[in-house]
Amino acid sequence: MEGRRPKNLVLILAREFASKLATAAFVCDEGGRLVYFNEPAEHIIGHTFAEAGELPLEEWSAQFGPRDSSGAPLELRDRPVGVALLERRPAHSVFRITGLNGRERDIAVTAFPLFAHTDELVGVVALFWEQPEA
Amino acid sequence: MRATVWGCRGSLAAPGPATVRYGGNTSCIEVRLEDGTLLVLDAGTGIRPLGAGTFADGPIHLLLTHFHLDHLEGLGFFAPFWRSDTELHIWGPPSPLHSLEERIARYLSPPLFPIELSDSPASLTFHDVPEQPWELGSARLTAAHVSHPGPTLGYRIEERGQVLAYLPDHEPALGMELSSLSPDWLSGYPVAESASVLFHDAQFTEDEYDDRVGWGHSSVEHAVTFARLAGVEQLILFHHDPMRSDRELERLGDRARELWTASGGRAPSPRLAYDGLSFALRDQSVAGDETMLLPI
Repeated sequence: MEGRRPKNLVLILAREFASKLATAAFVCDEGGRLVYFNEPAEHIIGHTFAEAGELPLEEWSAQFGPRDSSGAPLELRDRPVGVALLERRPAHSVFRITGLNGRERDIAVTAFPLFAHTDELVGVVALFWEQPEA
Repeated sequence: MRATVWGCRGSLAAPGPATVRYGGNTSCIEVRLEDGTLLVLDAGTGIRPLGAGTFADGPIHLLLTHFHLDHLEGLGFFAPFWRSDTELHIWGPPSPLHSLEERIARYLSPPLFPIELSDSPASLTFHDVPEQPWELGSARLTAAHVSHPGPTLGYRIEERGQVLAYLPDHEPALGMELSSLSPDWLSGYPVAESASVLFHDAQFTEDEYDDRVGWGHSSVEHAVTFARLAGVEQLILFHHDPMRSDRELERLGDRARELWTASGGRAPSPRLAYDGLSFALRDQSVAGDETMLLPI
């Protein structure tokens, strides 16, 4: 299968859901690997998904350089996607990133975990909105 | 293994003069493994005539894809279900809220059915399908959730190098352009990959599908495209619409063969399932590289 394992059906449907949204959306697998982002997210991220492709957690975290309003780096556990992955609960916060095109943006992010069964975390969906410039 | 179709109609049983050729019973396939183990795929109305036959000793494994009535409604009319010497293992999709037995009992209890599931004298054992492949008799089975409303499984049965895949209710094209998907994003792919035979939902014509997106079923074009993406050797069109006459089904079969050929598919071309279709999937070491499909 071209070296990639099959995605869980819940992840497949989450991608389908995200692809139809006018809101920017990320889909990560259970290990935090970025497996999809939609067209509205391309505007914020600065690349199309076709250009970026799937990215491991460490790679996309490093590229986006998430940080708080004072510029201090945010650890994974302090970001909504990290909370959803590590604590398996929804979370929301506002922080700054650098898009893959090098542009800085303030974004609000809401992330929630995806469970295929009660204890089977299969991924995370993150919705994000660009904040108006102060 | 030998597979026999006892019901291939979708949604609702459709007996009558217009459906004599392909049959009116809802989903049920008997699979006899080389070691004699009996697997039954779904318990639509086709399980009634299956149960009227003679059964050798040994457990029966009923593999349910889901609980829509056309896949369950025959269970209460399966003769072995009412015999105390029957050992019946029922497999189905897991739920975080209710046991498999509780979910089946929602149908097999008043007011929907006159008798309780617990009144069956047979030895019943309920199994949530495991997430990993497992062995039953001489076969290795894999179950995977697939795109259809509510928890729904597809089954893959492997024995001696032959693979029978069963996806009777499946809408892999929901909101997607199937041909653009890579296999890892394709619902049902792990079930159907390189299967010798695939029974696949082909309920709708291409025109009908446009008005029935999200109903959980495939058009004939989706069935062919899916089978080609999965590298299937023989596609058998299944889950026929209850409104479809024999003559209309034959046109659907013609359309499938046209699409198959146009997409570069080689023989054997797709065929329509019918009640009574029976074939052996031969051991490759016996049949060489020829996969035998022998309708009776």
